[in-house]
Amino acid sequence: MSEDTNTLTMDKPVEQSLLDTSVQELIGKPLDRIDGPAKVAGRATYAAEYGFDNLAYGFLVRAPFGFGDVDGLDTEAALALPDVIDVVSDVETFLRNSQQGGETKAPTQGVSRVDYFGQPLALVVAESYEAARDAAAAVRVRHSAGVGEWDFDGRLDEATTPPPSQIKPKTEQGDVEQGLTDAAFTIDATYATPSQNSAAMELHGSIATWDAEGKLTLYGALQMPASDRLQLADALGLKADQVRIVAKYVGGGFGSKLGIAPESVAAAVASKKLGRPVKVVMTRHQVFEATVRRSNTRQRVRLGADANGRLTTVSHENHVSNLPDEDYFEPVGVSTHFLYPGENRRVTHEQVVMNWTLAGSMRAPGEAVGMFAIEGAMDELAEQIGIDPVELRLRNEPEQDPEKKVPYSSRHLSQCLREGAERFGWSERSATPATRREGEWFVGMGVATATRTNMLQKSSARITLTPSGTALVETDMTDIGTGTYTILAQIAGELLGLPLDKVEVRLGDTDAPPGAGSGGSWGAGSSGTSVYLAAEQLRTQLAKAMDCDAEELTLKDGQAIARNHSRPLSELVGTGMSAVGTVRPGKAEKQSNQASYGAHFCEVRVNATTGEVRVSRWLSTVAAGRILNEKTARSQVIGGVTFGIGAALTEELVHDPRDGRIVNNDLAEYHVPVNADIPPLEVVFLPERDHWANPLHAKGLGELGISGAGAAVAAAIYNACGVRVRDFPITLDKLLPGLPPV
Amino acid sequence: MHFQINGQHHEADPDIRTTLLDLLREHLGLTGSKKGCDHGQCGACTVLVNGRRINSCLALAVMHQDDEITTIEGLGTPDELHPLQAAFVRHDGYQCGYCTPGQICSAKGMMDEVEKGWPSYVTAELDETGELTRDEVSERMSGNICRCAAYPNIVDAIQEVWEARA
Repeated sequence: MSEDTNTLTMDKPVEQSLLDTSVQELIGKPLDRIDGPAKVAGRATYAAEYGFDNLAYGFLVRAPFGFGDVDGLDTEAALALPDVIDVVSDVETFLRNSQQGGETKAPTQGVSRVDYFGQPLALVVAESYEAARDAAAAVRVRHSAGVGEWDFDGRLDEATTPPPSQIKPKTEQGDVEQGLTDAAFTIDATYATPSQNSAAMELHGSIATWDAEGKLTLYGALQMPASDRLQLADALGLKADQVRIVAKYVGGGFGSKLGIAPESVAAAVASKKLGRPVKVVMTRHQVFEATVRRSNTRQRVRLGADANGRLTTVSHENHVSNLPDEDYFEPVGVSTHFLYPGENRRVTHEQVVMNWTLAGSMRAPGEAVGMFAIEGAMDELAEQIGIDPVELRLRNEPEQDPEKKVPYSSRHLSQCLREGAERFGWSERSATPATRREGEWFVGMGVATATRTNMLQKSSARITLTPSGTALVETDMTDIGTGTYTILAQIAGELLGLPLDKVEVRLGDTDAPPGAGSGGSWGAGSSGTSVYLAAEQLRTQLAKAMDCDAEELTLKDGQAIARNHSRPLSELVGTGMSAVGTVRPGKAEKQSNQASYGAHFCEVRVNATTGEVRVSRWLSTVAAGRILNEKTARSQVIGGVTFGIGAALTEELVHDPRDGRIVNNDLAEYHVPVNADIPPLEVVFLPERDHWANPLHAKGLGELGISGAGAAVAAAIYNACGVRVRDFPITLDKLLPGLPPV
Repeated sequence: MHFQINGQHHEADPDIRTTLLDLLREHLGLTGSKKGCDHGQCGACTVLVNGRRINSCLALAVMHQDDEITTIEGLGTPDELHPLQAAFVRHDGYQCGYCTPGQICSAKGMMDEVEKGWPSYVTAELDETGELTRDEVSERMSGNICRCAAYPNIVDAIQEVWEARA
């Protein structure tokens, strides 16, 4: 069987997409997920669900103090319990912190020092889960506790500038102070957001097993197997090809499963030592304490506008937090760089080193919290100028990226705002707060812009056409609920002229070509393009077999048609045809500014007596390039919006000032939205194609919904009751003092 | 010990500390019921015991030897889906799929509660029964968290099945 390769580096726009000339009619349709029946029937297998004979259960022992040194573990009592096999601790190898996404090295290792409360220290292994759990509670950790850094507000002056990570920590253009002095209108406001947790429904878990040749297979809850494999290999002193990761179904991630977490290495070390498969599933408390949080933020926003409401100055100065020696900083100002015009610009990030759980990526790192402040300030500016907040944004539509001075690859924000305002009935909004009352409820409307940077990651996929005329798509890309299985099948089927039931997609296994992984909203564009490229190569092979040019070839319903001939694919592929497609980011991302856009419109009701907030109506208008599957795309948006509503109203990790511990480390106390919190959410996609992004002409979508959503809620609350809250979450205690007298 | 699950007889020898959820997942290989919190906070482990929905993580296996237990695997198969399962696929009432078995078992139990006339917090009149409005579904399904947030689609799926029932 021949296997060809097809590689594309995105150095320039791809003007023609095969998706516009193919005829299978799969792309864009609101098709049901192909992995749906397995999921709803309980037959989709997640990490902790693989069965093994002789499986042992591990349970992590966590640090019962917030900072200091471990002097030793007293394990006699634990080892004396029935069915306990061992207490495994390799203090040099065990992970102190989880790893960030996309890293190729091990995260911080070594657990003799404790940097945060709940840090995993050892693994109790037993014949049953119950035995391991109870024995872990019987392990006594001898320690010398010190005083850590647990007072964020008190340490703002000691913040330091972190090294560049996802973005530069500081940029400056023009003269911000002069710009503010000269401005006709100015806003100077400080916003704050608390630490948050992704709270994916599936707990982080791993099953580790070694073969006779010393190769590790890890069944893991992981978003990016290709780089997770490198992290795990590095942590264990293995070569990459000595590690295989399997992650066929992942029960949500939202950033928390981008990199490996402590349970993975603990399972691998214990399995190696005991010579049998070991399963370690973190408890919900451990997931809260020892995986990753979104950093809290403190954001000072200053805007200056001329007499016409046109921005001249945009300044966004941020404080965030992370553990000692961790470079990652929440890129709060990532969209501030390009969203609005203004010749005077400053975006800064200062890191406050804290002994709190690792800060890392959570859905839309940067935008999710940064747009609360920027969009909040825009709402305040509109009020000060005395114009509609939609109009203010329309007046501030830049012609190009105001910092890089490059064109937007595609940007239909104005259309999103206009279309959304029309559909939502925005003209019914009263500009004066607290003037619409229905019974005991104040009713108000808010608007905010949504934008999320579009990214491309290196990604590969193989398609094999079998002698029976079906297609098999293989990549170690994951589907964390995003719809990857389905859209990859749609792309392959569309380009190869096969109905969906003739396309099989196998994901989440590092034995397959390395994919982009799920994160940063890059999955569809990156992984989808790799499948596109493999299919493009197969079309060339099929054309050769048909003795025609690829351009002459029409593929539909399993038939190849050219020059008035029609032959089934099964006849053309011989013993089988295979191709690997690989896409790499290139100059296109420097020569253009790529982002998805949208507008959120929110209606809330605020109880005049209790301050209770209910979101009652919602509309998001979205322009994100080609929509590959309208059903899964809409789900991505409403999922993101709901995250934003949660951030606005309920979500807050509380750190104990005495030892840094996360006080509300479970789903009863960390409040994510439930069904009754969410009204029907309307999503409208505007037609758009982005030639700079990829040959699919599609942009990222998974994080657009959360970006700006919380700001729309906050604006609607202000419009409803006249209380401006700049501190998430907007809980009753922050509203009650400002409510109009009953 | 003997257990009656999805109409089939199972023998198992769980620890007295083993929850019904861990019996299903770790002893019997019925991994459709999910563990999301192990504390009755998320609903991913919801199964039907004698027709009523419960959080199986809050129940000890030894308490349920004489009960009729139904899990997601007992409702339908990928090739022969229960109407609720099919509706969840049609309406995209899930994303990652992890909370989904619990949502569907919960929905089945919930619809039976409504048919029996059990009111909820949002039922206006305690003796008015049978109406399964959007608010009723949302309220009654709020014990099942979906972090992917397919909530509006879950409501659509359940309402469709409710309206199509004989």
